[in-house]
Amino acid sequence: MAEAMAASRRPSVIWLPFQECTGCTESITRSHSPTIEGMIFDMISLDYQETLMAAAGFQAEEALHNAMKDNYGKYLLIIDGSIPLGVDGAYSCIAGRSNLELLKEAAKGAAAIVAMGSCASFGGIPKANPNPTGAVSVSDIIKDKPIVNIPGCPPIPVVMTGVLAHYLTFGSLPELDDKGRPKAFFGETIHDRCYRRPFYDQGKFAKTFDDEGARNGWCLFELGCKGPVTHNACATAKWNGGTSWPVESGHGCLGCSEPDFWDAGGFYKALSMPADPLKIAAAAAVVGVGAGVAVSFANRAKKGAAKKAHETTTLEDLEK
Amino acid sequence: MTTAQRVVVDPITRIEGHLRIEAETDASGKIISAYSAGTMVRGIEIILRGRDPRDAWAFAQRICGVCTLVHGIASVRSVEDALHRAIPSYSIPKNAELIRNLMIAAQYVHDHVMHFYHLHALDWVDVVSALKADPKATSALAQSLSSYPRSSPGYFADVQKKVKTFVEQGQLGIFSNAYWGHPAYKLPPEANLMAVAHYLDALAWQRDVVKLHTIFGGKNPHPNFVVGGVPSAISVHTSGGGQDATALNMVGLQTVQNVIRQMRDFVDQVYVPDTLAIAGFYKDWGGRGEGLGNFLSFGDLPSKGFWDPDSYLIPRGVILNRDLTTIHPIDLDADNEIQEFVSHSWYKYSQGDAQGLHPFKGETELNYTGPKPPYQHLNVDQKYSWMKSPRWQGKSMEVGPLARVLMLYASGNEQAKELVGMTLKTLDVPVDALFSTLGRTAARTLESKILADAMQGWYDQLIANIKAGDVRTFNDQYWDPSTWPKHMQGVGLMEAPRGGLSHWIVIDDAKISNYQAVVPSTWNAGPRDAKGQPGAYEAALQDNHVMLDPKQPIEILRTIHSFDPCIACAVHVTDPDGDELVQVKIK
Repeated sequence: MAEAMAASRRPSVIWLPFQECTGCTESITRSHSPTIEGMIFDMISLDYQETLMAAAGFQAEEALHNAMKDNYGKYLLIIDGSIPLGVDGAYSCIAGRSNLELLKEAAKGAAAIVAMGSCASFGGIPKANPNPTGAVSVSDIIKDKPIVNIPGCPPIPVVMTGVLAHYLTFGSLPELDDKGRPKAFFGETIHDRCYRRPFYDQGKFAKTFDDEGARNGWCLFELGCKGPVTHNACATAKWNGGTSWPVESGHGCLGCSEPDFWDAGGFYKALSMPADPLKIAAAAAVVGVGAGVAVSFANRAKKGAAKKAHETTTLEDLEK
Repeated sequence: MTTAQRVVVDPITRIEGHLRIEAETDASGKIISAYSAGTMVRGIEIILRGRDPRDAWAFAQRICGVCTLVHGIASVRSVEDALHRAIPSYSIPKNAELIRNLMIAAQYVHDHVMHFYHLHALDWVDVVSALKADPKATSALAQSLSSYPRSSPGYFADVQKKVKTFVEQGQLGIFSNAYWGHPAYKLPPEANLMAVAHYLDALAWQRDVVKLHTIFGGKNPHPNFVVGGVPSAISVHTSGGGQDATALNMVGLQTVQNVIRQMRDFVDQVYVPDTLAIAGFYKDWGGRGEGLGNFLSFGDLPSKGFWDPDSYLIPRGVILNRDLTTIHPIDLDADNEIQEFVSHSWYKYSQGDAQGLHPFKGETELNYTGPKPPYQHLNVDQKYSWMKSPRWQGKSMEVGPLARVLMLYASGNEQAKELVGMTLKTLDVPVDALFSTLGRTAARTLESKILADAMQGWYDQLIANIKAGDVRTFNDQYWDPSTWPKHMQGVGLMEAPRGGLSHWIVIDDAKISNYQAVVPSTWNAGPRDAKGQPGAYEAALQDNHVMLDPKQPIEILRTIHSFDPCIACAVHVTDPDGDELVQVKIK
């Protein structure tokens, strides 16, 4: 990659779409810095991207093969969408070829692979129970290449371009967590960075989506927010040029950057810790600073328990 | 061309999803018959079974990330309709309706502009030709068309230089291997340069105008919704209201107002004049690409609630055989009106595949019987698609911008009549030209203008309500599923940018027992039905398409893109006898 940077040629990037909704492609066009057109003109050679490319049919296939051949061992491969293994891959085909076959072929000559979005990173919605098509993630298939997961449904636009810019600028992948996500963007939970966190600590919770608490920006924990167990940069990077983000616009975090969040117990079901004890404890908080600290500590302990419970929550839990 | 040929175009690009086209032509190059097939499935209807109906919108929304809000809206409406049918007093607050209308209209304008410039334009605009343009003459052309400020000779010279540098570097990226120089491109270099500049401007514009969704829905793509209203609480009068209690504070409202202005300006100053200017060079495309002549709209943008279709800005109804004098009503619950067929789709119905099923009784059981990949061709005599075939009273229907503009026109909407009249007069084409590839593309532009203009009214009403002290955005009555009747069913209808959309939900014991999404691109791109009637794509391709050079099938791209495909699909075109002819690799 360092060689590619030194040369005047822009590094080749190949983007293959599998079981996807094109939300990830739409998202990257929303990046304010760097912009998609800035990247295309100045940073990368986007040699295959079905939603944006002018060529179609044979000419598109030829562009793909030329890019893989001319940049063998050097190109960055971006995948969005999961890969279905059922019925010999016939659940998703391009040019009559299965996603599995296309992925294996393109991965061979890639310097590194970016799994863009939760479907490519973790299987995403196609993998949600009962996974009708046998969908899997990129890292379930490819074992011999560096892979960076950029989950989110979709990922935050500037996180997508930020990770690419890191790779192009420093010639290496950023440091990853145990789920293959860049620590720089996925190192902390939504909850730990949330501007509504003080209300959680005070035990002030919105009970419906338009009550006084909701209008005062109180914590959305009781409305099912998954912020405490979700690692992403929404609370800091925010969305669409820093305009807002889900919690600021009144809806709890869905947890969309975590594996199998679709089956984690329901979007409006509060994390396993009941909020009532928090309220009782919070009522005591006004008594004095010491009590407040104790409450905060207690809440943190409960958060830990909630997190543990959440991770073991399944669809069955929803039935309870 | 001297012999019949089979042309394979796969993938079709600049769409949502994966599209395959096989075109059989006769000796003159004319396309004879078409087959459309979806080649990707995720089974989201199956995944939804057994879940909390309040969660369904988030799953359904992921059907598509381009028209990113429509399945979310249709889904929450389906649950609300189920509640309303069971408890007739149930409705959503006025502010929630206004906010949803603003979000729906913003989606249209955003989506239509991006479709025109980033997905469709390269079928009509030759990027390489733009290098030959005179920036001064381009400026004169642009200024003769509109008051858009970015139209100086220096601006166009800069854009041209940027493209020239890019081309000279020899790495064309997304612009490589296209049909540049094809004789079907008719624009002079100056018009090409202007369009390329607006392609780039539109990319920057769309990034900013999605902020309306971000204020109300927290993010875009995939903004958030909630059954019973909208999740964005209004914090204008709260203690943290000027700061960050919620995004819907005074700052957020001003952002929304600015976005509405930006949308109207771009539509008025760029999108409408560009559409008319470019269409003027392609009038022959007003004479092909219609096909069905039947149009359906569920209608949308209520002013007195979802359950009062007469209050919709876009009317509900069906137009048959181009007859604009009669609007046929739609009976949503009649078993024989809206039906889905699977005769040519990879699904299995428990009572046999020949009959159609009403969506409330719909079934989704994947049953792949096609060839094992890798394959060259699908067997179009049997099942060949992951899409079902929706029909209304047994007839194929076109849905989308053309259907809606015709519905507005036929129902006497003054602005629609004025815009259609202006367009026909400017282009000097007859009314029949509406029923075509060109008419479909122009209709998309015209409805963008109608909706961008309507947004200001909804915003003003929202402000007036807040001023009067009404900050309700959510109905918490019946939020708790334990208060629901044991059995409910409902349908969430909307007009998505690509056409009529319906989500049908059956709820038992507060869990989803059946969920059927009948989507616009299924109406348009679905395969043949039991009677062999083609869908809208198939029929449109069979309508007067002579390919200049089957190795560069730009004609197919123009008509398919005029529908703005938003689903993984495939189109097959074979000769009348279904004979396997020589396959020509397009290069």
